[in-house]
Amino acid sequence: MNTTVPTATARRRSIEQGLSTLLRGLGRVSPPGLLGLIYLFIYAPLLILMLFSFNAQGNLAWWEGFSLRWYEELLSYEPLWKSLKISLIVTGVSVLISTVIGTLTAYALYRWRFWGKHLFESVLYLPMYIPEVVLGISLLVFFIFWKIPRGILTMILAHVAFTIPLVVLVVLARMQRIDWTLEEAAMDLGADELTTLRRVTLPLLFPGIMAAAFLAFPWSFNDFVITYFVTSPGNAPLPVLTYNLILGRKSGGMGMINALGTLMTVATLLMPLLAVLLLRARRFSLPGRRRSQS
Amino acid sequence: MPEAPAPSLLSRRFMNVFRRSLLSLLWKHPGVKTGVTLSPVIFWLGLFVVAPMLIVLYYSFLTRGPHGVLLPTPTLENYQDVFVVENLRTGELQPNWAYLNAFSRSLLLAFSTTAICLLLGYPVAYWIALYGGKYKNLWIGLFILPFWTSYLVRIFAWMFLLRDPSGFINQVLIQAGIIDENRPIQFLYNTTGVLIGMVYTYLPFAVIPLYAALERLDRSLLEAAFDLGAKPWQRLWRVTIPLTRGGILSGSVLVFVPSVGEYLIPNLMGGNNVNMIGNIVANKFLRDQDWAYGSALSIGLIVLVMILLWVYFKISRSEQVFERRI
Repeated sequence: MNTTVPTATARRRSIEQGLSTLLRGLGRVSPPGLLGLIYLFIYAPLLILMLFSFNAQGNLAWWEGFSLRWYEELLSYEPLWKSLKISLIVTGVSVLISTVIGTLTAYALYRWRFWGKHLFESVLYLPMYIPEVVLGISLLVFFIFWKIPRGILTMILAHVAFTIPLVVLVVLARMQRIDWTLEEAAMDLGADELTTLRRVTLPLLFPGIMAAAFLAFPWSFNDFVITYFVTSPGNAPLPVLTYNLILGRKSGGMGMINALGTLMTVATLLMPLLAVLLLRARRFSLPGRRRSQS
Repeated sequence: MPEAPAPSLLSRRFMNVFRRSLLSLLWKHPGVKTGVTLSPVIFWLGLFVVAPMLIVLYYSFLTRGPHGVLLPTPTLENYQDVFVVENLRTGELQPNWAYLNAFSRSLLLAFSTTAICLLLGYPVAYWIALYGGKYKNLWIGLFILPFWTSYLVRIFAWMFLLRDPSGFINQVLIQAGIIDENRPIQFLYNTTGVLIGMVYTYLPFAVIPLYAALERLDRSLLEAAFDLGAKPWQRLWRVTIPLTRGGILSGSVLVFVPSVGEYLIPNLMGGNNVNMIGNIVANKFLRDQDWAYGSALSIGLIVLVMILLWVYFKISRSEQVFERRI
């Protein structure tokens, strides 16, 4: 901090040199260079956040030495564990329900024509384009209207509602890739509709269904706006806890959010990676059931 | 493949009868099949998306009584109040600038976000689609990956960079001696901060459709333009951009629609100085307990989004921008 005059001047000079080099570089902008800058814009904030979660000083963004202090403080912070539990329950249950409902919906949309299909589709994707704050507020009004106490149940009801469209989209994407003649082949070989569904269609769709679940998981887990309106102060899931920490309701919160953000980022990035791997899988057999050799 | 051993012959026979009758029912009435399959989603979305919105619509027509009580007399006053307000001294009606400003600010911010996202996203999508080679999917995947991390954490990461004077950027500039320690640059709690946050959040929404459009682009058309003597910028302006209009249009809608109703970014990064419609809606409900007025504002926001989407579908259908070939 107590910089003397000569070093400050030297620093300024080196910065000026760096800037002129940068400008000269930008003069002959190469596409990969530009691309690199944009990827830097995308990743730098998260990487800096992760780096500073190991900083000894939490509130100042200047490196003061390596420390695991914030992780220790975070992990010993009692409300964190309660929030994590609530988040996992809400997300787990709602992803399970929305995956089942979404898969059924996608199947009906893909296979059958029915009356009012256009109207149905526009209502189905409503949660994706209605502003989150409006959806959250209207659910809040709805729950107060019917005098339903807000808490874990209301969060699950809301999360299922806004994850269904995502599941439908992902499963529909998988349906466009699979070979539907296999279904006809099964029926020709004497399987009835339910057997075909269970033994042929579902195994074929399974990667898509799992991918939908893996994509819906972070979607639901990380949702803040809708969750914020449908929960009560006593039932704060992880994003609401993070929000309260950001608003500074606890001293020394900054370093703790950095640590929490790092852990959450690492954990949630694993999910979409798994989803992508699953969506690309050509063949997939249900666990525990052997594919019979032909 | 052997099935699991049946518990008893009777139950097995029962299951078979049940199954056959179920199948014949479904076979004879395809509508039943569709109805059964779709009933859960109709139930869930009807109850927890459509019904809440209908209740908000209902509240928006109620009369505001004293002390926040809502009287069941239908009125259009709440909608009128969005636009005009009575001057308390003279009793004349005058434009309600507080809310009209929030509306215009939301539109302006959403428009700027869209423009910046397209300008930043187009070169990225172009480069990945045309020069990505076999790592195309990896590049585009890396671009949208951070989108799956917590929205709050990403916003916080930017606040950590932008705060003054303790934010990362200000610290670097102070330590380098470029700016004075006592006069840090204010990025947060103004329009700049909100705009940075929104561009960061919605950039992938623009890049994905742009990438999809550029990927479908027929490269021989670019070669033809080159052979016919088009300069690079002519090729871009007269061939590439017109042919990817569909992607540009979808990207604009995907960025504009969520950003016009943004709540969290102005809330955290705007610090009550840059309130958008979403913030005013939330404040009306949570802080002022003014449900009727808040409902009218919510309906206004929904109508705005619907109009945008309607225009989008009209344009994309009538001009057939998506499958256009020369």
